[in-house]
Amino acid sequence: MDFTLLRNIISRYCVGEENWVDSRTVYIGHKEPPPGAEAYIPQRYPDNRIVSSKYTFWNFIPKNLFEQFRRIANFYFLVIFLVQLIIDTPTSPVTSGLPLFFVITVTAIKQGYEDWLRHKADCSINECPVDVVQQGKLVRTQSHKLRVGDIVVVREDETFPCDLILLSSSRHDGTCYVTTASLDGESSHKTYYAVPDTMAFRTEREVDSLHATIECEQPQPDLYKFVGRINIYKDKEEPVVRPLGAENLLLRGATLKNTQHIYAVAVYTGMETKMALNYQSKSQKRSAVEKSMNAFLIVYLCILISKAVINTVLKYAWQWSPDRDEPWYNHRTENERQRHVVIRAFTDFLAFMVLFNYIIPVSMYVTVEMQKFLGSYFITWDEEMFDEELGEGAQVNTSDLNEELGQVEYVFTDKTGTLTENNMEFIECCVDGNVYIPHAICNGQILSAASSIDMIDSSPGGYRREHEDLFFRALCLCHTVQVKEEETVDGIKRGIHQGRPTSFYISSSPDEVALVEGMKRLGYTYLRLKDNHMEILNKDDEIERFELLHVLNFDSVRRRMSVIVKSSSGDYLLFCKGADSSIFPRVVSGKVEQVKARVEQNAVEGLRTLCVAYRRLSESEYVEACHHLTEAKLALQDREQRLAQAYDIIERDFVLLGATAVEDRLQEKAADTIESLHKAGMKVWVLTGDKMETAAATCYASKLFRRSTQILELTKKRTEEQSLHDVLFELNRTVLRQRSISGLSVDCLDFGLIIDGATLSAVLKPNQESAGHGNYREIFLEICRNCSAVLCCRMAPLQKAQIVKLIKASKEHPITLAIGDGANDVSMILEAHVGIGIMGKEGRQAARNSDYAIPKFKHLKKMLLVHGHYYYIRIAELVQYFFYKNVCFIFPQFLYQFFCGFSQQPLYDTAYLTLYNISFTSLPILLYSLVEQHVTMETLKREPSLYRDIAKNSLLRWPVFLYWTCLGVFDAVIFFFGAYFLFDNTTFTSNGQLMTTNTQMMFGNWTFGTLVFTVLVFTVTLKLALDTHHWTWINHFVIWGSLLFYVIFSLLWGGIIWPFLNYQRMYYVFMQMLSSGPAWLSIILLITVSLLPDVIKKVLCRAMCPTATERAQDEEKLLPGSAAELTPLSFRRSCKGMSTDSSHLHLSAVDTLSLRRSDPLPHKLLAHLAEGGGADLCSLSPYMLRLSGAGFAYYAPGPETSV
Amino acid sequence: MMASSYNAKDEDGHITMSGPGGGTLRSKKPENTAFKQQRLPAWQPILTAGTVLPAFFIIGLIFIPIGIGLYVTSNNIKEFEIDYTGVDMSSPCFNCSQNFSWNSTKPCTCTIPFYLDQPYESNVFMYYGLSNFYQNHRRYVKSRDDSQLNGDMESLTKPSKECEPYASHENKPIAPCGAIANSMFNDTLELFYNDPNGTKIQIPLTTTGIAWWTDKHVKFRNPGGNNPNLTAVFQGTTKPVNWRKPVYELDADPENNGFINEDFIVWMRTAALPTFRKLYRIIQKKNNMVPTLPRGNYTLEVVYNYPVRSFEGRKRMILSTISWMGGKNPFLGIAYITVGSVCFFLGVVLLIIHHKYGNRNNSADISN
Repeated sequence: MDFTLLRNIISRYCVGEENWVDSRTVYIGHKEPPPGAEAYIPQRYPDNRIVSSKYTFWNFIPKNLFEQFRRIANFYFLVIFLVQLIIDTPTSPVTSGLPLFFVITVTAIKQGYEDWLRHKADCSINECPVDVVQQGKLVRTQSHKLRVGDIVVVREDETFPCDLILLSSSRHDGTCYVTTASLDGESSHKTYYAVPDTMAFRTEREVDSLHATIECEQPQPDLYKFVGRINIYKDKEEPVVRPLGAENLLLRGATLKNTQHIYAVAVYTGMETKMALNYQSKSQKRSAVEKSMNAFLIVYLCILISKAVINTVLKYAWQWSPDRDEPWYNHRTENERQRHVVIRAFTDFLAFMVLFNYIIPVSMYVTVEMQKFLGSYFITWDEEMFDEELGEGAQVNTSDLNEELGQVEYVFTDKTGTLTENNMEFIECCVDGNVYIPHAICNGQILSAASSIDMIDSSPGGYRREHEDLFFRALCLCHTVQVKEEETVDGIKRGIHQGRPTSFYISSSPDEVALVEGMKRLGYTYLRLKDNHMEILNKDDEIERFELLHVLNFDSVRRRMSVIVKSSSGDYLLFCKGADSSIFPRVVSGKVEQVKARVEQNAVEGLRTLCVAYRRLSESEYVEACHHLTEAKLALQDREQRLAQAYDIIERDFVLLGATAVEDRLQEKAADTIESLHKAGMKVWVLTGDKMETAAATCYASKLFRRSTQILELTKKRTEEQSLHDVLFELNRTVLRQRSISGLSVDCLDFGLIIDGATLSAVLKPNQESAGHGNYREIFLEICRNCSAVLCCRMAPLQKAQIVKLIKASKEHPITLAIGDGANDVSMILEAHVGIGIMGKEGRQAARNSDYAIPKFKHLKKMLLVHGHYYYIRIAELVQYFFYKNVCFIFPQFLYQFFCGFSQQPLYDTAYLTLYNISFTSLPILLYSLVEQHVTMETLKREPSLYRDIAKNSLLRWPVFLYWTCLGVFDAVIFFFGAYFLFDNTTFTSNGQLMTTNTQMMFGNWTFGTLVFTVLVFTVTLKLALDTHHWTWINHFVIWGSLLFYVIFSLLWGGIIWPFLNYQRMYYVFMQMLSSGPAWLSIILLITVSLLPDVIKKVLCRAMCPTATERAQDEEKLLPGSAAELTPLSFRRSCKGMSTDSSHLHLSAVDTLSLRRSDPLPHKLLAHLAEGGGADLCSLSPYMLRLSGAGFAYYAPGPETSV
Repeated sequence: MMASSYNAKDEDGHITMSGPGGGTLRSKKPENTAFKQQRLPAWQPILTAGTVLPAFFIIGLIFIPIGIGLYVTSNNIKEFEIDYTGVDMSSPCFNCSQNFSWNSTKPCTCTIPFYLDQPYESNVFMYYGLSNFYQNHRRYVKSRDDSQLNGDMESLTKPSKECEPYASHENKPIAPCGAIANSMFNDTLELFYNDPNGTKIQIPLTTTGIAWWTDKHVKFRNPGGNNPNLTAVFQGTTKPVNWRKPVYELDADPENNGFINEDFIVWMRTAALPTFRKLYRIIQKKNNMVPTLPRGNYTLEVVYNYPVRSFEGRKRMILSTISWMGGKNPFLGIAYITVGSVCFFLGVVLLIIHHKYGNRNNSADISN
C-alpha cells in the first residue's frame, strides 16, 4: 500500500549490499551451515517473552509518578504544592496536596490495575506450552523459552507463538490455512505456503534433518510485508535458494485452521514479532474543545499571575509606612525581618499565587477525563447503532474526541463499502461489445444454467466464439478466490443449507467473488485449486484443468491483476483483468471501441466495471517472464519495486476480450444520512478510487448531488483541452459570480465539484516556474469552499489523506471527519480530526485504526447529530462552568486582600478551599455533562439544522467565555460586597436564639468567609440547575444532594473540636451563622441577585432572537405529544426554493436512475419470487427491461426516498 | 479453550455467509435500559419569558414587604456612637492619646460627656469600635494557639510556633501567647448618668454573656481542669508583653477569669474587616417601667490604655439596642426593597416582551 514508506525504511536500514548488517541469518534447528557458505555474523535475538506491561513491581512508583507529572496540569499542581511546603503560604499544603494526591492516586491505581492485568496476560501467554523439535524429538517447553531458529509444531486451532516461516504442513500441497482475526480482524482463511523443498517433511526426524539457513530482513511492523530467502544445503551441493515472502510467514497471534499440524521455524521472537511491533499506539489526536480549554487556561494563568503581581505591588505600596507594615500589635519575627526585601517580595508573590491557584482547578482535568471516559459508553450502549446482521454495535477506540463529533464541518467519505454496501452483484459482461446477462438470481443459486446466456447480438462466428470461451475462462482463472468446501462446514450449517451445493467462495475482494459467482451463473463454475491446477466446470459439464503458473497480484497502483496459466493443451496464457484505465493502454487488438462504449455506459449507471484481456505467450516468452518474476521475487532489496517492473514488462500487448459490470448497491439510508449531513451544514466529499462516471452516479443516488446542483468539473479530460490554470480561474469566477448574483439567498446556491486524482496532484504540486500562477492550492480551496459537495475520483490512498490534510490546513482550520471501511482509507482516517471506521467486508483495518467504528454508514447520522451534539454541549458547559465557578470562588478572595492589608489572608477555611472543587461542586457538573439533553434525541434527528447552532466551536468562543467570566466576576462581587456591607455598615450579629441567652454575638472573619462561601456554593449549584434542561432523578439527587452535603459537612466540621487540627477556627461558626436571621435573609438575597442577570439574559435572548435550538425546545414544550409531526424547522430558516427542490427531484433522468440503484425493492422482490419456485416473468419484466439495455425505466421511489 | 475455538469457527461461517448472528454474537447487543439508551424519564424545564414571569412577580411581591419590614425595624433601633480617640485638640482624650507610653504606671483617664436625645428601651448593648486595625491580617490571625486556649497543659508551657514572636518572653512561655492576645483591648469604659438633679449615677454594666456560649464553655478552657487556683496553674508562664496584669487576674469572678474571661474571648474572635466593633458590655433592663437609658446627659469615663494613633486608628464607643434581626442594619432592608422592585419591574418588562414576541412565535408556528 505504502511503497514509499517501505522503501524509505529499507533504504534507511540497508544502504547497500556491503554493509548489510540489518538482515538476519537464522540457522534452522540451530545447525551451523557448511563451512565457507557465508560469513557468520553472530546476532543476539531476544527470547520469546512478550512484555506488554509498562511497569515492574519495583519501578512502578517512580515511573508512574514521572509519567503523571509529565502532564502539564499535574506538574503545575505539584509546583504549587512544593511552594506551599517550602515557603510560608496562606493555605496549608493540604489544600493542594490532598486533591493532587487524590488525582495521582486514582490514576496510579487505575494504571497499576491495568498493568497488573497486562502482567497476568503476559504471564499466561509466556507460559503457554509449545512443542519444539529437538534432536528429532518433540520437546514441550514454554512459549517464552522459544529462540530464533527453533522448529515449532503448531496444531489446529492453536495460535502461533512467534513469527514463523512455514516449513511443511500436514496437507500434501504444503499449504495451511490461517485466520488473522485477532491481528487485523479479517476472519477469512488465508492460505500460506511452504517452500517446495521443505514441504515434503512429515515427521520430526525428517524436519530435524533439514539443513538450511534463512536470511531475512530485520523485523518491521508492516503485517503484510516480508522479504527473505531460504538457503537449503544438501550434501556438498550448491545451496538451493528460494524466495520467502509474506505468504510464507506465519504471524504471531494468528490461528491455524483446517490444518492438522505444521512445522515451522521461528524467525522473529518476543518483542520483535510483527504483532508486538504493532502495539505502538497511534499519535494522540486533540479535540478543538481541548485546544480552547487550553487557551482559556492560559488566559486564567495570566489572570492568576497578574492578580498575584497586582497584589504584591499593592502590598508593598500600601505598607510603605512602617506603621502599616508592622503596627505595634503585629510584629514580624526576627527571622522574617532580616530577610532581604526582594526575597520577601518574591515569597509574597508566590504566596499570592498559591492563594489564587484554585482558579485553575485540578479537578477540571479529572472531571473532563471522567466525562469523556464515562460518556463514551453511551455510544457503545446505543441500541440504534447496533447492527443485527453484523452482531456488533459502535466501538469507541478513543474517548478523547467525543465532542469533536459535534464540530464536524467536512465529511470525507469513501464510496465502496461506505456509501455502498460492498455487496457485489454481477450484472452483466460484454465480450467484444456483445452483452451477456445472467437471469434472475437468488442467493447465488443458478436458476437455469443452460439457457442463462442472453445474447443481444446473436450471430456467433468463430472468432467470436473463441473470444467468448477465452473470456469466461479468463474470469474463472484470473482471481484469488478460494473455495470453501463442504467438509469445512459443520453439522448445524449443513442442516440449514439442505440440498444445496455448500461450497462457496471466499476472497478478500468482494468483486472477485461476484465475478466468479457470475461466471457460475453463466455456466462456467470454478471448482477448486488442486495441486497447482485450477479446475473449471464448463458449460458442457466437462472439467477443464489449467496449471496455475504465476499470480501477478493485484495492487492499488497497477489496478489490475494477472495470472499465467498453462492449459491442458500446453498453451501458455496470460489473463489480466483490471480497471479500464490500466488495461486500455496495454491493449494491441480487440474491439476496443465497442467495449469502451459499453464500459462507459455501465459506469454512468454506477456499475463497477473491469476489463478483461489476455495474451498468448510462447514458450520462450514464458521462460523470459518466469525469469523476470523469479529474479524479482528473490531480491532482498527493493523487491516491491522490482516486482512492479517485472509486472510492467510482462503485462503488455494484450488482446482485449471484454468487460464486466458489477453492481454495488447503496447502503441503507445512505441518501438520507447524506441529506441530513448537508442540512446540518457539513460539506460532504466523496473520495474514491472508482471511475468518475461510476462515482458520479453514486453521488446522485446518495443525494450528494441534486438536480439543482451545478457540477463543476476539474478532470484530466478538461485540463487536456485547457491549461489547468485557466480552468481553475474560470471555475473560480463562476463560483464567485454566482455568489454575487444571488446575493442574499446564498443558501440556494449549490455547487458540486468533480476532480480526479491526476488533476488533484497537478493542483497540489508546488509550481516552480511561475510564482504568480503557483498558488493553485488557494484557488482550489476557494472553489471547494463554495461547493457543498465534492467528488474526488481516481484517488490513491495517499491522495485521500492529502486532500484531508489540505482542507485541515486551510485558513479556517475546519474540523474534518473521514469515514471509510477499507485498508485504503486508513491513511485518511488517521489524518482527519475524527476518523471513523466502518466494520465492513474488507476486513477490520479501518475500524482498528479509527477513533470510532460503526457498523453502517447510516449510523453516522446519529453519531454526529445526536451523540456529537450532546457531547459538545455537555463538555462546553462543563468547561465554561468550571471556569465560572472558580472565578466565583477565587475572586472574593482577591477582593478580600484589599481589606486585610494584602496579607494573603484566605477568606475561606482550609476545608472549604480543599473541598470546594472536589466535593461540593464537582458531582452536579459531572452528572450534567453525562446526561444533559437540551433537546430530545428525536428532535435532533429530525432537525439536522440544529447542528449548525454549535458549529465552529460556538459555545466555546471568546465572547461566550468572556460572558461566563464576567458573570463569574459579577457574582463574586455580589458575594463579597454583599457580605462586606452587612459586616461593615452594621452590627451584623447573631441574636443568639440558638443558645439560651438572648444576646447578640459578634461575628469574626471566619463567619464572613463562611457566609460568602455558603452563598457561593448555593449560587453556582443553582446556576447549574438553571442550565439543566433534562432533570432525571439522578440530577435531582446530585444537585440537591450536594447542597445537602455541604450543609451537613459544615455542621459536622464546625460541630466538633477536631483533635488532629491545631486550630479550631471553624468551631460553631456555621451554626452561629445559621442562628442569625439576617444571615438567612442575606443568603437568600445574594443568591437571588447573583442568579438574576443570567436568567434575564437567557429569557431575553430566547424571546428576542431565539436560536434554532431554542425554537426546537419551545416546540417540544408546546406540543409534546405531536412533536414528530411538526414541520422541520430548517424549512423556515432556508429559502423556499431549496426546500422544495431537495424533496421533489425524482423525475429527472439522472435521479430516476439513481433511485433505482438505491432502491432495494426490485431485488427483494426478485429474491422472493425466485425462492418461491419459478420466476414470474411478468412481475420481473421491468427489471429485465432494464437489464436488456433497452433503456431507462422509471421506478417508484422506495420508502427511504420519500420525504 | 475448546469452546472458544468452536465459537471462532462459528463466527467464521457466519461472516462469510453473512447469515444471521449466532447466540454468542447476540449477547453483544447493548441492553435496552432507559439509562443506557439515555431515555430516563426527565422533567424538561425551559426558562422562557412566560415561565419566568410569575417567579419575578412573586419575588418582587415577597421581597418588597420583607425589605420594608427590615428597614422599619432597623430604623427603630437606636444607636449612639462616640469617638473618643482624641485626635482633635478639643477632645478630652487628646492628652491621653498624646502622652501615651507602654511603661507608664499611672493610668490616664479622660471623661467625655454626651447627650442621648431618645430614651433607650430594653437591653442596651455597649460596643467598642476600632478603625484601621487589621485584625484580619494573616500574620495576626494565625498568631494564636488554640490548644493552649483549650487548656492543654503541654501547649501552655510550649506555645505553638505560630505565636512567634509573641510565644515567649525572657525565656518564659507567654500565656496566652500570640499577637492577638498580646494586643487585647484594655481600655476601661464606664458610663454615668447625669441625673437632672445633679447626681452622677454609675450605670451597671454586665460583663458576662457577651461571648459565644460554645466559645466560653467548650473552645476556651482554663488549664488544670477545675483547679480554682489559677495563679498556681499559670505558674511558670509569663503575661503577654503588652498586658498590665497576668491572665489569671483579668476578673475577680472565677467563672470569668483566665482564658474564659469573656472580654478576652470576644477579642480573640478576629474581626473580618479593619473597621469593626466588638461587644463590650450589656446594660440589662431593670424593670418594665423605666427605660434602660433615659433621655439625658451622660458621661463616659475612659481609662485610656490602648494606643491607636500610631497606625492612624480610631476608637469608638457605641450604644445600641437590638431587634429580632440583630443590630441596626439599613443596608439589608434597602437591598431587599431594591431587588424586589427591580424584579417587579423586570416582570413588567418581560410581560411586554412575552406579549410581543410570544405572539409572533406562536403565529409563526401556526403558519407553518
